Amino acid sequence: MAEARVPDVPATDPLSARSEILARIRSANRASISDARTLSAEEAWQRIPRNYRDAGLLTESDRIELFTERLREYGAGVSSSQPAQVADTIAEILRKRNKQTMLLSSGVDPNWLPQDGVRFVADNELSYAEMEACDGVLTGCTVAIAVTGTLALCHESIRGRRALTLLPDYHLCVVEAATIVETVPEGMRALEPHRTQPITLISGPSATADIEMTRIQGVHGPRVLDVVIVV
Amino acid sequence: MRIALFVTCYNDTLFPEVGIAVVRVLERLGHTIDFPYAQTCCGQMHYNTGYLPEALPLVRRFVEIFRNSEAVCVPSSSCVGMMREHYEKIALASGDKALQSEMAALLPRVYEFTELLVHRLGVEDVGAVYPHRVTYHASCHSLRNLHLGDVPIRLLRNVRDLELIPMEATDLCCGFGGTFSIKNADVSGAMLEEKLQYVQKTQAEVCTACDNSCLMHIGGALHRQRVNIRTEHIATILGSDSISPASRKGA
Amino acid sequence: MAPTSERERQPLDFPSAALPLLHDAQLRGNVRHATDVIQGKRFRVVAEMPDWQSLREAGRQVRAHTLDYLDVYLEQFEQRCTAAGGHVHWARDTAEANRIVLQLAQNPTGRVIKIKSMTTEETGLNHALEAAGIQPIETDLAELIVQLGHDKPSHIVAPALHKNRHQVRELFVRAMNLPDLGDRPEDLAEAARVYLRQQFLSTPVAISGANFLIAETGGVCIVESEGNGRMCLTLPQKLISFAGIDKIIPRFSDLEVMLQLLPRSATGERMNPYNSVWTGVHPGDGPQEFHVVLLDNRRTEVLRDPEARETLQCIRCGACQNACPVYRQTGGHAYGSVYAGPIGAILTPQLALMERGQSLPYASTLCGACYEVCPVKINIPEILIHLRGRVVTGRPSYLRALHPEAMMMRGMQWMFLSETRFRLAQRFGRIAQRPWIRRSGWIERLPSILGGWTRTRDLRPLPQQSFREWFQARPSASTGSHSTLPPQVSSEPPEVPHG
Repeated sequence: MAEARVPDVPATDPLSARSEILARIRSANRASISDARTLSAEEAWQRIPRNYRDAGLLTESDRIELFTERLREYGAGVSSSQPAQVADTIAEILRKRNKQTMLLSSGVDPNWLPQDGVRFVADNELSYAEMEACDGVLTGCTVAIAVTGTLALCHESIRGRRALTLLPDYHLCVVEAATIVETVPEGMRALEPHRTQPITLISGPSATADIEMTRIQGVHGPRVLDVVIVV
Repeated sequence: MRIALFVTCYNDTLFPEVGIAVVRVLERLGHTIDFPYAQTCCGQMHYNTGYLPEALPLVRRFVEIFRNSEAVCVPSSSCVGMMREHYEKIALASGDKALQSEMAALLPRVYEFTELLVHRLGVEDVGAVYPHRVTYHASCHSLRNLHLGDVPIRLLRNVRDLELIPMEATDLCCGFGGTFSIKNADVSGAMLEEKLQYVQKTQAEVCTACDNSCLMHIGGALHRQRVNIRTEHIATILGSDSISPASRKGA
Repeated sequence: MAPTSERERQPLDFPSAALPLLHDAQLRGNVRHATDVIQGKRFRVVAEMPDWQSLREAGRQVRAHTLDYLDVYLEQFEQRCTAAGGHVHWARDTAEANRIVLQLAQNPTGRVIKIKSMTTEETGLNHALEAAGIQPIETDLAELIVQLGHDKPSHIVAPALHKNRHQVRELFVRAMNLPDLGDRPEDLAEAARVYLRQQFLSTPVAISGANFLIAETGGVCIVESEGNGRMCLTLPQKLISFAGIDKIIPRFSDLEVMLQLLPRSATGERMNPYNSVWTGVHPGDGPQEFHVVLLDNRRTEVLRDPEARETLQCIRCGACQNACPVYRQTGGHAYGSVYAGPIGAILTPQLALMERGQSLPYASTLCGACYEVCPVKINIPEILIHLRGRVVTGRPSYLRALHPEAMMMRGMQWMFLSETRFRLAQRFGRIAQRPWIRRSGWIERLPSILGGWTRTRDLRPLPQQSFREWFQARPSASTGSHSTLPPQVSSEPPEVPHG
């Protein structure tokens, strides 16, 4: 064990750091914006003009088409399926990808699961090693944003902890058409009720461009992402 | 119209042909030029180097001289940029209310030369003839302070016999930056070197711009490297007629 | 004193720091390539947004509003974060911040995993950790490259853009003992995946920065691409997030602005691959001990300057660096600080109370490209000029009058305040230049400070007639006019010799 040697700096009262910083801020703001703070923070925030695009303009089918296109640009696989055929679609994808053992977040509709060919493992306090040993993970999605090709997972509403969609090398996400919005503001508004949950926004598989600005798909998260849109 | 000319200190001293061309173009269009002799410098060098108090009397002087002018023509976008971006702030810092109000009244009547032609006078064809291959450098101030856009290009397109050759990365800064070219001479030189590559690639005979400051910088390096491309301010191109303008080579 | 490196403490001279970099063809090539690629991508994804200017304005206002009410929002953040099971610490300076982290970071493995964080670079946290016997492991691919090369980050979002694939391979071969490693970017990323996976699973403490602290919820948002961030935020038992006090946004819904502006400006993506938002401790999911360290380190001094406080609106996207024609030539290292490029040129001198980095406000041509791309509309050129003014007025009083530059400025002003003197100066210049005019008809070498000009360029000499002399001599309808100027704008000598 490494014995940590805390440098020889006199300890200061942590409470005084807090009050000192707040006092510095107040004095700085008094000096530089003087009387600009006549409103409460709440009122002043309400007055910030937001003239950017808020609501989307597309029809549902165009929205789904845009979402599909954006996902494909990220290198994600996209299929669409009627509600009754979801299980078949998933079975087909997993067979092609040669995935036998899939983690399962507990919010997934049981009707989506293929009856055979794949073993689904529920997260009953699995260890990280057990999660890593699975071929992939199957989850639902709280909200999807078409313009940016984003899957938003609120981990309580999809009922699965964050590590599930992180450790396995493959992620299969089922998106119901009704949860697809067009713009980022619409997406964030849909997430608002879940705002204190852990939220992960996923836009394509992980990627890096750190070496010579060459985009490489798949670094640490799942390197392959498939999406099934239920229409 | 009676148009007051603020020729700028460095055009006055180093590039008189620019003022001469401006006078020629505007008179040809039927306007009268007023040149107040008391004019000197807009104060940009002082202000941009961090000497705001030293710039103030020069700013006052400009306002004092031109406050009654109907329109002020300035053949230098960086000087107009100085006025539009900073004059109000300098006036505010001076605490002088009279200066502030005179300035607010004057500034909307100050135009960069090409802007005056196109936006104020509504002229895109000044009847110039210039039988040369020309490329245009979009100077930073013309582009980002004055938002001239394609105004200079529209004027150049209407010049007879002029072949306009687009420059790759036309909006890349040439590296002049006033005192930057001296304080950071090496970086400035490196920026210039890259700009020159794009200038040379055009194989034009002439590189033009709305700022002689950039052109002095670019032209100085072209001359040093013995590249056979010369620089001309856009006014001298627009001021030339059937007779080719006095070439600067070997001036 | 903060345990930062020697380099961080020395006064910095941009022109001399830039010199060796200008001669490094490899580095300049890499920087140009990288900035061109990101700029191009940014341009495409910004052009497709019809409401981009409205978003920028909203972004600017959200950030400016936050600074106006910074005390309110910080207290709100602290209260909500604490209520959600987090611990909030306040640090006046870098030493205090590092000390807090050192106390929290101790663990039996002697290691911590780290997500790229400018703020920990600012405090020199890695040095402090190493000095205390704790090994920090950078997990962002670029930061890992920088760390293994004992190097310094050169760009906000692409810290290793100055290294090419062959250089990266060399580093990995040595550090990971992989003699057969290929040099395709894919091979290198795979090597990093395998190398780091073990660290993610076995290290109990992670240290992160933060992109946004959400006052309304006490939540934190981190924006990333590789998934290393999610690993660090999810797998360890303890998480310490390090943030400047300027990183606050008022509400969760403000993310709808920031998450549009940041990815498009930073990496030219419509959305970066992963964004994580969490609030305190979530039972059964992620670290069960969570700390936030709020760092002042003179940000409150920046806040005090009405002309420069908008510097703190910065969301660290790096778009200004990619757009900057100066940065394009030198890369980030010339700026002598973790914050490089235009934002570094205004932030570094202010964080150092103008004691260091006085040359930085001058490391710009004021071309305005940075302001044009800034997603929160920080008027960087204006602040650069303001800081130049602070450099001038901050000189000790005995030097203020005698500084050569100040003397020159006053002399020029004196000349410009009189038409007579200006005319005389023009005439004098024509005579004085004679010995310097070469056979080519141009001036090719000038003395003293003007020699900077003639190092790479020639100068056309002053012509024999100035414009005003020409104008005065011509017979024409247009007329020159003489005005009598009040004394505050004129120091005209009593006699007027011209005419």
